[in-house]
Amino acid sequence: MTSRTPFYVIVLMLIVTGLSIAWLRHTQFDIPLQPGEQTSVWLIEARIDFMAENGPVLVSLDLPDSPPGFRVYTEQAASPGYGFSIIQRDGNRRGEWTTRSADGSQTLYYRVQLVEDSEAAATLPIATIPQPAKVYWNESEGMAAAQVLESAGRRSSTPESMAREIIKLVMSPSPSQNATLLRNSGPQVVVLEKLLNQAGIPARVSMGLTLEDARRRQSLTPLIEIFADNRWLVFDPATGEQGLPDNVLLWHRGSDSLLDVTGGRNSRVSFSMIHQSIPTLQLAQDKVNSSSFAFLGIHRLPIEEQSVFKMLLLLPIGALVVVFMRIMVGIRTSGTFMPVLIALAFLQTSLWTGLISFVTIVALGLLLRGYLSRLNLLLVARIATLVILVVFLIAILSLVGYELGFDTGMTITFFPMIIIAWTIERMSILWEEEGPSEVVKQGGGSLLVAVLAYLLMSSAQVSYLSFNFPELHLVLLALTLLMGQYTGYKLSELRRFRAMVRSS
Amino acid sequence: MFAVSPMALARSGILGMNSRNVSYIGRYNPRHLFPLVDNKLRTKLLAQQAGVVTPRLYYVIQHQYEISKVGQLLNRIQGGFAIKPAKGSGGKGILVIIGRREDNFVKASGVEVTLEDIERHLTNTLAGLYSLSGSPDVAIIEELIEFDPVFAGYSHEGVPDIRVIVFKGYPVMAMLRLATHASDGKANLHQGAVGVGLDIATGRCLNAVQFSRPIKQHPDTGMGFDRIQVPNWTEMLNLAARCYEMTGLGYIGTDLVLDAKRGPLLLELNARPGLAIQVANGCGLLPRLRHIESLQIRHDSPDSRVRYVMREFATAAPEIPNEMFPAMA
Repeated sequence: MTSRTPFYVIVLMLIVTGLSIAWLRHTQFDIPLQPGEQTSVWLIEARIDFMAENGPVLVSLDLPDSPPGFRVYTEQAASPGYGFSIIQRDGNRRGEWTTRSADGSQTLYYRVQLVEDSEAAATLPIATIPQPAKVYWNESEGMAAAQVLESAGRRSSTPESMAREIIKLVMSPSPSQNATLLRNSGPQVVVLEKLLNQAGIPARVSMGLTLEDARRRQSLTPLIEIFADNRWLVFDPATGEQGLPDNVLLWHRGSDSLLDVTGGRNSRVSFSMIHQSIPTLQLAQDKVNSSSFAFLGIHRLPIEEQSVFKMLLLLPIGALVVVFMRIMVGIRTSGTFMPVLIALAFLQTSLWTGLISFVTIVALGLLLRGYLSRLNLLLVARIATLVILVVFLIAILSLVGYELGFDTGMTITFFPMIIIAWTIERMSILWEEEGPSEVVKQGGGSLLVAVLAYLLMSSAQVSYLSFNFPELHLVLLALTLLMGQYTGYKLSELRRFRAMVRSS
Repeated sequence: MFAVSPMALARSGILGMNSRNVSYIGRYNPRHLFPLVDNKLRTKLLAQQAGVVTPRLYYVIQHQYEISKVGQLLNRIQGGFAIKPAKGSGGKGILVIIGRREDNFVKASGVEVTLEDIERHLTNTLAGLYSLSGSPDVAIIEELIEFDPVFAGYSHEGVPDIRVIVFKGYPVMAMLRLATHASDGKANLHQGAVGVGLDIATGRCLNAVQFSRPIKQHPDTGMGFDRIQVPNWTEMLNLAARCYEMTGLGYIGTDLVLDAKRGPLLLELNARPGLAIQVANGCGLLPRLRHIESLQIRHDSPDSRVRYVMREFATAAPEIPNEMFPAMA
């Protein structure tokens, strides 16, 4: 006897490969495991207004680049008369609108769809380690700053705690004289930035957008970022709280300006936003298409081919049902995979219509076949005659159905006619040789298997998984291989041989 | 009781369909040898070469045009004959003619058929109606078996045949199949024929079943089965055992008949023998198959293998004095 080990290794490999590819695609591309899953997306519109001064205009807006907690899904700019391009510079993206000549009030739009993605806290590789900037104060401010830093330094040990303490001291509701002086010396975030830089902690002011559904004309709120442990940490300048609130989008980071307008004045940027839901699957497909996995995607095929694939990918499930019912349960069917084809036809016709029309056609066919058997025809001619008769039957039934007002009448044409003709032929021979009880047994068995296969194949979850995770068919293959090696008893044999156990 | 537990079946040593297919047919029957037994004509020619006796072959009808001359050919045959599809299975398409009445032919059931009926039957056979996969077939016309009078009263219309499972050349289990009215003269157990399990050592009846239920008497004739003992038993097992060398198939069902004049004959071979023989014997095949598989000694001659199984697989059956049943002698 040859060793079964290689066989089980192959089976195991198939299962592991199928499951891990599916899992990988689920986690990497966020392809949902369930149909109909929705993902919430923020549609944010930045609106830039300015007065053009009758000349060439260049507008440059800082765009969000991989903000923590979000992923850019789509972006577009709407601005008639302007050329738009996205410029990458040092990992920083800027949208640039340009036009040869413009005059009067101008409005430009930039729209971005952002997906909430908790894993997208991706830290950008930091090219150069930032150094604390030089800070200039006037004399009294310098003294106050030194004192604030000293008392903050006494209460802290790390850059983070230092930042917290500085913010607390300066922003305290009952500020010290030093703090009050500093607060009045300029915008508060700028003061904080200067203090932090003076304390030897690289710091910068960033701009965040608080996301709230259906808000219009919002502006950005400033945030303080410090550089520690090789990454930028966000602090709320009002409370000193560390970390970015979930609903805040970091739009603008770093020292560049948020908006530059050349050839215009009175420029202003404001933001509107709405919360949208889009199918997670659609989102995932776009993600896959832009990856190296794309060539595997069935989604790239034309829709017509896709629907063919959808059917094809359901076939293995039907085949698995047949294998299970025949090997493990021991149900006899007429024609090995005929039930799968019937089940596929049921998918088109819906179950009850399909069942009724199938049984009607086969029963009528059997009647006609009864006459054919007296004609002494050669086998091939007989089958061909049956095929033609089945076509007639289907045509008549469809027309009758249509006239009676069942618009489902036409769906009968989905039945595979050759298969039906063969089924009639087999059933008829079975009838002559083994009697009607065997016909009922095998016909019933076939229908039972077909209905089970149909129920499985028509389940939204199953058809969704088989189409979107085709690699799961490797698992089906493994299961089929395993069942092909099953040497135990069939369920039906437990009944067939029951007398033997009683007697022994 | 509706069903039993799989453990109980395994304890009884019952061979299941899956296990038969994977562990025995799949392992011991090389695929390329199947045509030897799936085609009765090839089996017959092979048996003639190997010196295994089979019913005499009269004619082979291979082409449609030959059918028009069949009437003349059949006129040359004295007595009855049987028409069989070469690739038929399960007794499908077998037409047994026991004699002539004027221009008509008399079937085993007593029904008369015309020459046209026979011609149509041949047409169907050639077209592949009875063949395993519906492929074109040939029809063979062979000698009618006159079964041994020992079986008189035990078979309704059909010929009683003896199925012996031969595993690696060892006859491991045997049963006698008797046609009944319910089985319409066919010897298939699932159609209602009676299966009589036979003691491999003596050829005596062990147990009889119809439709998987034990019975004591033939349902049509009322004859008690406990009297059955197949004559020429050793010769019969020898014939079965020789089919192993003849075909090279490790797990086969041999169908034998006992002809009144010629003794045991090989009717056909089956590379996928059914499991009902276990029910007829009231015992599972697995212990015997495993015994043969684990055998250390080799028996090269069919003769020695038959002696071995007659010793090993004897069922302790009550000894029946021969004088009580003179017909059995």
